[in-house]
Amino acid sequence: MELDLVKVDAIVDEYKGEQGLLISILQDIQSEFNYLPKEALFRVSEKLELPIGQVFSVVTFFKAFSLKPRGRNIINVCMGTACHVKGATNILDKMKRDLGIVEGGTTSDLRFTLDTVRCVGCCSLGPVVVVNEDTHGRATQEQIPKILDNYQ
Amino acid sequence: MKIKSLEDLDAIKAEGLKSLYPDKPKVSIGMASCGLATGAGRIWDALSQEAEKGTHDFVLAQTGCIGYCQKEPIIDVLRPGKPRVFYREMSPEKALEVVGSLKNGEANTEWALCKMVEEDFLLDDEVRKLGDESPSSDICLSSELGFYNKQLKIALRNCGFIDPENIKEYIARGGYRALWKVLKEMTPQEVIEQIKQSGLRGRGGAGFPTGTKWESCRRASGGIKYVICNADEGDPGAYMDRSVLEGDPHSVLEGMLIGAYAVGSQEGYMYIRNEYPLAIKRIKMAIEQAKEYGLLGEDILGTGFSFHLKINRGGGAFVCGESTALMASLEGKPGEPRAKYVRSVERGLWDRPSTLNNVETWANVPAIVVKGADWYSQIGTEKSKGTKVFSVVGKINNTGLVEVPMGISLREIVEDIGGGVPEGREFKAVQTGGPSGGCVPASLIDLPVDFEQLTRAGSMMGSGGMIIMDQDTCMVDVARYFLAFLEEESCGKCVPCREGIKRSLQILTDITEGYGREEDLETLEDLATTLRDGALCALGTSAANPVLSTLQHFRNEYEAHILDKKCPAGVCTNLIEYSIDPEKCTGCTRCVRVCPQEAITGEKKEPHIIDTSKCIKCGSCVEVCKFDAIIKR
Repeated sequence: MELDLVKVDAIVDEYKGEQGLLISILQDIQSEFNYLPKEALFRVSEKLELPIGQVFSVVTFFKAFSLKPRGRNIINVCMGTACHVKGATNILDKMKRDLGIVEGGTTSDLRFTLDTVRCVGCCSLGPVVVVNEDTHGRATQEQIPKILDNYQ
Repeated sequence: MKIKSLEDLDAIKAEGLKSLYPDKPKVSIGMASCGLATGAGRIWDALSQEAEKGTHDFVLAQTGCIGYCQKEPIIDVLRPGKPRVFYREMSPEKALEVVGSLKNGEANTEWALCKMVEEDFLLDDEVRKLGDESPSSDICLSSELGFYNKQLKIALRNCGFIDPENIKEYIARGGYRALWKVLKEMTPQEVIEQIKQSGLRGRGGAGFPTGTKWESCRRASGGIKYVICNADEGDPGAYMDRSVLEGDPHSVLEGMLIGAYAVGSQEGYMYIRNEYPLAIKRIKMAIEQAKEYGLLGEDILGTGFSFHLKINRGGGAFVCGESTALMASLEGKPGEPRAKYVRSVERGLWDRPSTLNNVETWANVPAIVVKGADWYSQIGTEKSKGTKVFSVVGKINNTGLVEVPMGISLREIVEDIGGGVPEGREFKAVQTGGPSGGCVPASLIDLPVDFEQLTRAGSMMGSGGMIIMDQDTCMVDVARYFLAFLEEESCGKCVPCREGIKRSLQILTDITEGYGREEDLETLEDLATTLRDGALCALGTSAANPVLSTLQHFRNEYEAHILDKKCPAGVCTNLIEYSIDPEKCTGCTRCVRVCPQEAITGEKKEPHIIDTSKCIKCGSCVEVCKFDAIIKR
């Protein structure tokens, strides 16, 4: 599939081509395409007049970016301290077992990507699982299948 | 409309007061992230439908974090001339019932958490009486609740009281008065002097004196200077910055404007975590509103002072909480720190003088300006002035966000405010300071909490996360958890951090998996010294704190793992086995149904047994057992 570079151009233009806003630009491109396609990165490098190496070093440095296509639904299991002491590891293991993927992996039908996040700041509700924009607090292993059923 | 005079500000204040205290009942829903995660959004939907129907005449409003996260979703009801009543653990149905009871002029008492008969307008030096009445008199006062009565709210002064998306309500509670005072009546040097006198220290971790930082930046040569807000709140277990941005974004904005005037800056950045979408939304709205009123942009309040603020979203790297890494990231580079032989107040962002403070620090500034340095410096201890916001979370009854004077004892926070650890478990330690901090053991529970005392106990203040741990928390596992966190977050630029953390983690993992050797503890201490002396930034120099503090206070747990190959807390899966206590098991079969390995067998109403060769120790059975019959040993 041909990548729609017009969309990439529009995003870069929105930030007036300011180099310092590279991270914001990449975030918007990722929201648009669900990952960072290589062609888009070359286009950003060209338009911002930044070496492609710098673009890639930023992309691979920050956890938020993915160079591979991700699932339609992104699961983030919070691994903050409060969630950890309340059993976040068991929740993550349950997800891995049920989805048959490792941390960072995507199911073959592209339905889910399983990730962890270092803390979403809902510590009082631990353990916390975030799916897309929805935060599920006080999660138990028993609830996981029901939670995931809501996302197709 | 641009504000040009005090009369303009007063006029907006009057409008804001009308919206804070309308002449009909007002129902406010706590709609910060915690509230939303427990269903505040559904309550909002239900109540807006009810409001549209017009059966009950009431105003529906949103507010920020009310603090008592354990009881979320929380709503509050304010009737004209009556106390404000808070309702806990609401559902759409319960909330509709609470609204329904308003019709007869009564207050529902069934789900009431507490009430307030007066409200403190901190910045106006005014206590606003709300009135009292008999029907709700059996609802206790908020000041009678252990959770609230030791708190003193300065940074959180407006959180939970105003609609964060309404600048008028912020102004109604004394907002932007400090900015007026600063721009009209004070020289930059006077502002710096006041902040220095107040004793305010950075709330982000290291506790550097804010006024001194501003002064250095003002004195640094260079035409363009930057003011930066660090909202990349990264310490796991801390969420005060998120709550301030979600609940009272203008307080941060006003603080930054004052700081910008003091150091001579016209341009600023807010670096905010991308994981905080609601905070980003609210600060963006706040910026637009402030511009509209002439509080941000060119010629602020008609004084000729200009300040422009941009928002940058973080890319999810803990090290970007470090000032030079954050600035690198603002320049569109990987967030790697640099050595600080030249400080960022002299050469920071784009090599220009830069003042960086975190959200909570900025939010304190307007209060100090209005109330004065003397007022602020009377609160707290000798070297740690003012209040600090803590997130009290983990194994504790009342989890929530609390703001207390510095110097309060750990015991007061854990027992009085937090209500102790649940289910008769034993309090073991409190972890403070995030991955750079350590664990303070139960034996030090009378420790006064301030910057110095926490450091002396082998931990640190950090940004204010307090994770309470009980007997079921394994301290070796906690140390391993933090090192695993830091290994992933180390930027890899300097060798001590990149390799030192990796090796420490390897040793800790070995210990938790039963492969620990006696000499490991010495090696860990060696690596800790190298990290402390050799790493480039604070992420590395403090990385060994979780190991050192647990070694200092819980050495016996390490020894149990190494010598006896046992995990006393029953956490490290390689060192424990699951079994069922036949005395407690009632044969309810719940565990059988959830066990993914089909490892549990037994007749109905007869004690069950676990086949340890099949068991993967996932904890599913522990989670569902109502009789506490699963033994981990």
